[in-house]
Parts: sequence; C-alpha cells; structure tokens
Amino acid sequence: MKNDERPLIACPQCDLLMREIPLPSKGAACCCRCGATLYRNLPDSLNRSLAFSISSAILFIIVNSFPLLGINLQGNANAVTLLQAVQSLWDQGMHLVSSLTFITAIFVPALEMGLMLYLLVPIRIGLVPPGVSPIMRLLQIIKPWGMVEVFMLGILVSLVKLVQDFRIIPGVALWSFVGLTVMLAAVASSFNPRDIWAHLDKDNDGKID
Amino acid sequence: MIDPASSAAAQGFCACHVCGLVVPMHNEESPARCPRCNTTLRFRKPDSMMRCWALLIAAYLFYLPANLLTMMETGTLISYRKDTILSGIIHLWNNGNPGIAVIVFIASIMVPIFKLIVLTLLLLSVRRGSRWGLKHRIQLYRIVEMVGRWSMLDIYVLTILAALVQIQSMATVKAGTGSIFFGAVVVLTMFAAMEFDPRMMWDSLREKESV
Repeated sequence: MKNDERPLIACPQCDLLMREIPLPSKGAACCCRCGATLYRNLPDSLNRSLAFSISSAILFIIVNSFPLLGINLQGNANAVTLLQAVQSLWDQGMHLVSSLTFITAIFVPALEMGLMLYLLVPIRIGLVPPGVSPIMRLLQIIKPWGMVEVFMLGILVSLVKLVQDFRIIPGVALWSFVGLTVMLAAVASSFNPRDIWAHLDKDNDGKID
Repeated sequence: MIDPASSAAAQGFCACHVCGLVVPMHNEESPARCPRCNTTLRFRKPDSMMRCWALLIAAYLFYLPANLLTMMETGTLISYRKDTILSGIIHLWNNGNPGIAVIVFIASIMVPIFKLIVLTLLLLSVRRGSRWGLKHRIQLYRIVEMVGRWSMLDIYVLTILAALVQIQSMATVKAGTGSIFFGAVVVLTMFAAMEFDPRMMWDSLREKESV
C-alpha cells in the first residue's frame, strides 16, 4: 500500500491528522505531536478478551453469591456479601453513597461483562450481533465507572482497619474478588476495539475503507 | 496530501469519537453522522468549557463540607468517635498503620485537590489560548483522568465497615453526612475531566498561525 492510500487517523487528544502505519505484533502507534497511544496491534485479541471475559463473569457470580468478609468479636459474628453491604448502607439512610457503590462496584462491571460477551461470542463464531455501534458507544461511556480495582484496595484498607479489633473470617468471595480484579485488568489490556470495527467493515463488504 | 503539522479540524476532517473513523466535514451546522457507526460527528466536545466549569465549581462548593463534616462514626462499649476524612487519617497514623494512612491520604486528600487545581489551570490556559507547555499540560490531563477513580477508596472502605461492623452495642460503624459530599466531589470531578476536551489546548497553535 502506498503511503497516501493508508487510512487517515486523528489523535483523540490533540487532533493531529496522520496516516496509519502498519504495526509489528504487540506494537503500539503513538501520536507524533502529543504522544498519546493511537492504536495497538494486540495478537489474538478477540480470543483472549473472550476467554478473560468468560472467566471474569464466572468469578463475578461467585463474588456475589458468597460473603466477602466476616468478623467475630467475642462470639458475636457478622458477615456480608457485596450486595448486602450496599443494602445495609441503604438501610442506614445513606442512599447516595450506597447507590454510588452499587453502580461502580456491581452494576457497571456486570453490564460491561455482559456487553463484552454479547459482542465477542457471536463474533467468535463468525456472526455480527445487532447493535454493535450503540454497544461500543455504551462500553466507552461506562468504562470509567467500573471501579473493581479500587474496591479491591478498599477491601485491603478495611482489612487492616478491622484486624486490630476483630477476628476476621475471609470469605470465598474475597479470594474470587482478587481473581476478578486480575481478570478484568486482563480483559482491558487484551480487548482491541479496532478488531470489532474491522469485523463490521468486513460485514459491509468493504463498503467503507 | 495532508499537512503533517496541522489538526484534522483545520483541514476539514472530523474523527468519530466512538470508532475513530476520519470523515471529511466542512461545517458543523449540518450535523453529519459517522458512516460506519452512525454517531453524530463533532469537531470538539460540545460546550466543553462551560460544562467543565459548571461541574468544577459545583465540586469546589462540595469540597468544604466533604472535608469538614463527619465521614464515619465509630462506637464501641467504651468509646465513641466521629471522624472527618483528615482526623480518620491521623487516627490511622497514630494507631500503628502509617502505611495505610499514607494510602488513604493520597486517595482522599491529595487526589481531589490535585484534580480541582489541575482542571482549573487547564481551563484557564485554554481560555487564554496559551501555547505554553502543551506537552506538560496534556500529561497533567492524562494524570487527572487516570487517578480520579482512586478517590472512591474512602467510600468503599466506609461501605464495607458500616455494613460489617454492626455488632449490637459492642461495636458499630455509621456513615456520616460528609461521605455524601465527598462522593459528590469524586463524581463531579470525574464528570468534569470527561467533559474537558484536551484538543482545545492544541487549537491555540492553529489560531496563532492564522493571525
């Protein structure tokens, strides 16, 4: 391909207009003016992000089915699941804070995993699911609001605070939560939106270049 | 041929903010849609400056009550204490957890202040059409986007403790009003960072050239 026929690309952070360059495997293209990462060549991105999405969905179900943490003080014990923690704060009248935790630690991660599976499973078997564009847009909008890794740090800080006064009973969900954090990070680093758009272009018989 | 030193907008191109496709577009009056993903195309985020200012001012207003009001109430058989964000951190520091105290200090005090100040400076610099330190400013913007979410730490710690430490009369933890304002500051500054369009900073290069 001649230089002038390569597709145009505009840097999302400084709007410099450039032409795409072919990348080696695992390479990344950066904007030559502001240094923003423009796109990456992630080998086997579809398969990997699908695999990581499935494992994170399984871990997510485990996380939400079992108690996260339990405490014991002289025979008096209390244990909560993630949803019960949100519920308990709601019952204490802290509706805003409770909703914030629900949205960022439960709802958005669940929605993100669901949408990823909806996109990736059909594409993996060679179909294009309806509504790819609005779903990609939605994924882009909700992405900053999924904060599983911050919640993980929150659990660790809580543990350190609790360990002085209580005997702590770590729940199954706690270990699964560690796994979930790692898996979601793996999804984020293996998913390449460009592959999805490339599939869409192929489906349109190369109508758009 | 494209000009290798000029923005897409200056050359009549608009990049779709969802799929990245670059489409020729000559005026924004007739709203065009991306031929690939059907998103409405815009050269810049609409009303970016105004929305960002509004969210930022709201965040400033909530910042004081967030830091002055009680974040967490802790009661045991022998003691009862009300903690603001800062007094909670000092309590942690004095009770043998300086490491955790530093983490909470960074997430709950440093990050929100940093975000408020940097976003204010970025907005002022865009308004003045400043060309100074573009590379540093874009880096500041990236840091703001990256670290903002970690302020939620205190909200999560509060959720976990207030839910878990409910052992009748022996030990209870309750969330205080300060947490509502603190949560609002985190959310407002995150929205403000999203509304800010960093491409506006680089538009100053184009304006100065054409004069």
